[in-house]
Amino acid sequence: MRPSRAYLVWIHVAAVVMALVVLAPFAWLVISSISPSSELLSPHPHWWPDHPTLERYRAIFSSGGGDDVAANFRAAMINSFVVATATTVVSLVVGVLGGYAFARLRFRFRRTSLLAFLAIYMLPPIALVIPLYLALANLGLLDTKIGLVITYGSIVTPFCLWTMSNYFLSLPAGLEEAARVDGASRMGALFWVILPLARPGILTTGMFGFLLAWDEFLYALIFTSSTDAKTIPVAIAEFTGKHSSDFGLIAAGGVLATIPPVILALVFQRYIVGGLTSGAVKG
Amino acid sequence: MTSTPRAGGRPRVRGGYHEGRFALLLLLPAAVVVFGVVLWPVVRTLVVSLYDVDSAMPGDYPFVGIDNYVQVFQDDRFYSVLGHTMYFTLVSTFLELSLGIAVALLLNAPLRARWLWRSIVVLPWALPTIVNGALWRWIYNGQYGALNGLLDTLGISQTPTQWLGEPFLALNMVIIADVWKNTSIVVFFILAGLQTIPSDLYEAARVDGAGPWRAFWRLTIPMLAPSIAVVLILRTIEAFKVFDIIYVMTGGGPASGTQTVAFYTYLQAFSNQLFGYGAALAYLIVLAVFALAMAYLRILRQNEMAGVE
Repeated sequence: MRPSRAYLVWIHVAAVVMALVVLAPFAWLVISSISPSSELLSPHPHWWPDHPTLERYRAIFSSGGGDDVAANFRAAMINSFVVATATTVVSLVVGVLGGYAFARLRFRFRRTSLLAFLAIYMLPPIALVIPLYLALANLGLLDTKIGLVITYGSIVTPFCLWTMSNYFLSLPAGLEEAARVDGASRMGALFWVILPLARPGILTTGMFGFLLAWDEFLYALIFTSSTDAKTIPVAIAEFTGKHSSDFGLIAAGGVLATIPPVILALVFQRYIVGGLTSGAVKG
Repeated sequence: MTSTPRAGGRPRVRGGYHEGRFALLLLLPAAVVVFGVVLWPVVRTLVVSLYDVDSAMPGDYPFVGIDNYVQVFQDDRFYSVLGHTMYFTLVSTFLELSLGIAVALLLNAPLRARWLWRSIVVLPWALPTIVNGALWRWIYNGQYGALNGLLDTLGISQTPTQWLGEPFLALNMVIIADVWKNTSIVVFFILAGLQTIPSDLYEAARVDGAGPWRAFWRLTIPMLAPSIAVVLILRTIEAFKVFDIIYVMTGGGPASGTQTVAFYTYLQAFSNQLFGYGAALAYLIVLAVFALAMAYLRILRQNEMAGVE
């Protein structure tokens, strides 16, 4: 049955309405970031700035150091990049190995240990933050990027383990056997046969892991106090609390903080459905 | 990512490591990275929750057994923040699920340029939570906010509303901001579920004379039940842990009206230095989350056994 013309018109209208609802707040974020403060703080909103300005972006990218807010945002962006990237790399490496074990090997306490990893992933950070704070203080790792990477690894690793293990299950069984009949060791089969095949899964899992670390807030809020390690969510939250009416600069920082995850989400968009399906269906 | 992996291919070739030792070797790095960090804090928080710790300084604090837990249940404010948390959880999850199903059905319909609409829907999910909170706080701003401006421009209302100025209104406005962002990921879960429904089932329903409405309630919704259950529990767990958006949008105010359990725990521990009490609260959240997680795993196992394909 071919869909009727009225139906086709109707669903496209609905899609446009949906797109407007989704895009309007984004548009307002971008518009606010390029509107001069005088226009942002006028009694009637200027839906489009009379005098658009890129001054805030320039300030974030090129202002001098010190206590300057724009320079703070820049340092926080760099910290976020370093921390999220390092966390992703560490978690992927150990998560891919562990996920393979869960998917393809039989060993004692397999189910129990998988549940233990999952339980850690479900733990609310608020339950761990106090003793972790004290531990990091003892090790001299408060307000350091290393401290954050160590902490984030404990959240992102269980996630990578779980997703990768589901991904390995979706690969045809018997690949290792074939390789081993050909004389490869277990390790060799994993590295030369399985991992190259698993590359799409590894990339997608890495993207999710990066987003998890990029978005994390509570640990960063408690563990960091200076531009040495403060991440972009903390910098934005802090500035929002202090200068709630100077939204222009928050908006510029917000746009910059949003660009990396949006790019990743768009590039990996089709895998979001695919990844979820393979998890839900192939079990 | 939603079900327990099974042990797969049984290697017939022997040699090198035993399977168990090889598994240990592969799992050891992950175990160190995760449990090396988390194990001590988990135990430590439990211990602290049994002591009357009221400062950040190390020292001798009196052992009080389960007193902190008893206190939680005698604390009127706890019931009030629990009420906010339940309200937040129920309303946001309900809205995210209904809107999520609607949008997923739309994205599954024969739209032109489907990739474009899907790319748009994924955007709020990618927006960092803190940026989302800051953005909506700005939109709701009573003096300069876009929401009042929009109502004014459309001629609906000239008198500015302080959207975050009253406790109950503020809680609802925070929920809207949360729903706007998190419906996105729900859509993708439901979409994944929709794509597993064979289209000949719809053909059969149509031949049997079922209209679209009937097909939706009798076919789509039952077939989506596993996806819906998964989304419900995952979103409920997230809502129980909600902290970031409250912190940046309202700071728990006005008049504590938007404080959730996780936020209240944070305040007790870090503003009032009641670490023992905060630890007890934290463990109660852990219990609630684990109860939900057990339900989640049980549903997954049922799905698996029912052979959801």
